[in-house]
Amino acid sequence: MTGRAETPATADTGWRRLAGDFAESPPAVVCLGLVLLILGLAAAAPWITPQNPYDLAQLDILDGRLPPGSESFAGVPYWLGTDAQGRDMLSAILYGIRTSLLVALSAGALAFATGLGLGLIAAYARGTVDALIMRVVDLMLGFPAILTTMILIVVLGRGTDKVILALAVVQWAYFARTARSAALVEVEKDYVAAARGLGASHGRILLRHLLPNCLPPMIVVGTVQVANAISLEATLSFLGIGLPVTEPSLGLLIANGFKYLLSGLYWISVFPGIALLVMVMSINIVGDQLREVLNPHSSR
Amino acid sequence: MTDPAASAPLVEIDRISKDFVQRLDVAGRLARGLGLDVRELRVRALDDVCFTIGAGEVVGLVGESGCGKSTLGRIVAGLMRPTAGDIRIDGTSRAALSGRDALTVQMIFQDPFSALNPRMRVRDIVAEGPRINKTVPGRALPALVDDTLRRVGLDPADKGRFPHQFSGGQRQRIGIARALAVRPRFLVCDEATSALDVSVQAQVINLFLELRTDFALTYLFISHDLGVVEHIADRVVILYLGRVIEEAPTEALFAAPNHPYTQALLSERPRLEAKGRAFKPVAGEIPSPLAPPPGCHFHPRCPHALPRCRQEVPVLRTIAPGRRAACHLNDGP
Repeated sequence: MTGRAETPATADTGWRRLAGDFAESPPAVVCLGLVLLILGLAAAAPWITPQNPYDLAQLDILDGRLPPGSESFAGVPYWLGTDAQGRDMLSAILYGIRTSLLVALSAGALAFATGLGLGLIAAYARGTVDALIMRVVDLMLGFPAILTTMILIVVLGRGTDKVILALAVVQWAYFARTARSAALVEVEKDYVAAARGLGASHGRILLRHLLPNCLPPMIVVGTVQVANAISLEATLSFLGIGLPVTEPSLGLLIANGFKYLLSGLYWISVFPGIALLVMVMSINIVGDQLREVLNPHSSR
Repeated sequence: MTDPAASAPLVEIDRISKDFVQRLDVAGRLARGLGLDVRELRVRALDDVCFTIGAGEVVGLVGESGCGKSTLGRIVAGLMRPTAGDIRIDGTSRAALSGRDALTVQMIFQDPFSALNPRMRVRDIVAEGPRINKTVPGRALPALVDDTLRRVGLDPADKGRFPHQFSGGQRQRIGIARALAVRPRFLVCDEATSALDVSVQAQVINLFLELRTDFALTYLFISHDLGVVEHIADRVVILYLGRVIEEAPTEALFAAPNHPYTQALLSERPRLEAKGRAFKPVAGEIPSPLAPPPGCHFHPRCPHALPRCRQEVPVLRTIAPGRRAACHLNDGP
């Protein structure tokens, strides 16, 4: 018998050990802090921003194109400058992050649920069902995501809900593949056989036994895919086929400032760009560290 | 010791065969279509296995790894369908049992780490069977869980914990409690003590013996460990490459093994008095089940092999009351 069996009954619960392992990488902890900060700022945007950048009554065209650090006509400081319409960039970025995150998280949740369901069913049913689902997955993974989303938006039409749907369509396959491979390992374990011996229904085995045990790798894929969704949506918005202008995301902000970039008004484009970069990068680093922590093969 | 012929058997294993077939993929089918000699891989894991287990009896099923003993265990427990043959519990076909009746047979698994769902608390693991099948009213469930945990030697106060907080031996007890919670009559123990260290192994074996009287249980005890089988079993069935080659009451078998394979197995067994004796393993390796030798499966390794053994499959015949063996040597000169 190995030491593993002798784990004292008072040992740490799984979560505490996970937290300890996660903290072994200081950059990941910093990034987790950043992600939480960004989430907090995005959630609180309507209450903490100096102005509502999309309430035209609050904008003053005379404040347009002010460089960072200048003050408004009324004496309010614009820390990150203003755009052509006199919109405070800091407020616009916080609102943009809010929109970007909302779209990416909704798309991620939709893709997560679809992929998890189909992946579990494929692994549990095997045979024709499995082959059918996995061939669709292969097909989806074979197309470049940006191309598929563009085609989908052309077909579906524009709108926030359409963008969310398009992003979910290109992302569910990653979740399905991960869920299937995790479930294939779990379904062979004896606790599944024991549940069958006790007369558990297929639904019960899928939901009570397989699903909870397939979640850890799905969470890793989930974080990485949310970061991907943010960049994808930013790309679409930058190209002008993403979110409507009434709900500007970071991509649209970057696109708006793009035409002023060469005339020296760098802040309109660069600050939203930095916000996007920091957000996507920190989510990815958190995801990488989660993978390290949750993968039993890499644990010491 | 129960004579299986005297009382009506609880479990009848009637001519069970199990083939595992590796189906051809598209490329393979294409190659065969083009006339190439590509065949499906077919392994006969069990070949016409036939024996019975009387009520209250403990039957030990022994064999090397790969001989099909776990496959037989899973078929008896209803987790796998046989290719041919039938399992009857109390005269009813295993496949015809449904709902609560199917709970009569439960299985205890080898690896206590994979046998318990790591995301369920002990109380939910133990309560799952009664909950699914509504064998007790919901109010009585906590009491049943506590009682079952106590009967297997665990503290009910720990029922809120997760499996990873227990040791290997304790986990095996949780697995036993899960099976007992639905009040089975028959337990299939598939190498149930092999993954445990020796001291814990002894405790779990004693627990099995206690539960046998407490719950009037019948066991099919699958093991490669002859010492354990000698201790717990009333009768022993020896399996070699999917065929039963010998069946005998435990004492008789250990006193005078009949089949050359059994003799070889028993002489390998570590014993205190065997000090200084050179260890002599069974010659050769277990043949590949993909291409089993013709005739008697054991003939390539058998010191007494006759020309006849290479061609003719020996029949499992009664050689003494309650004893059967499949060896041409028993046919006499």
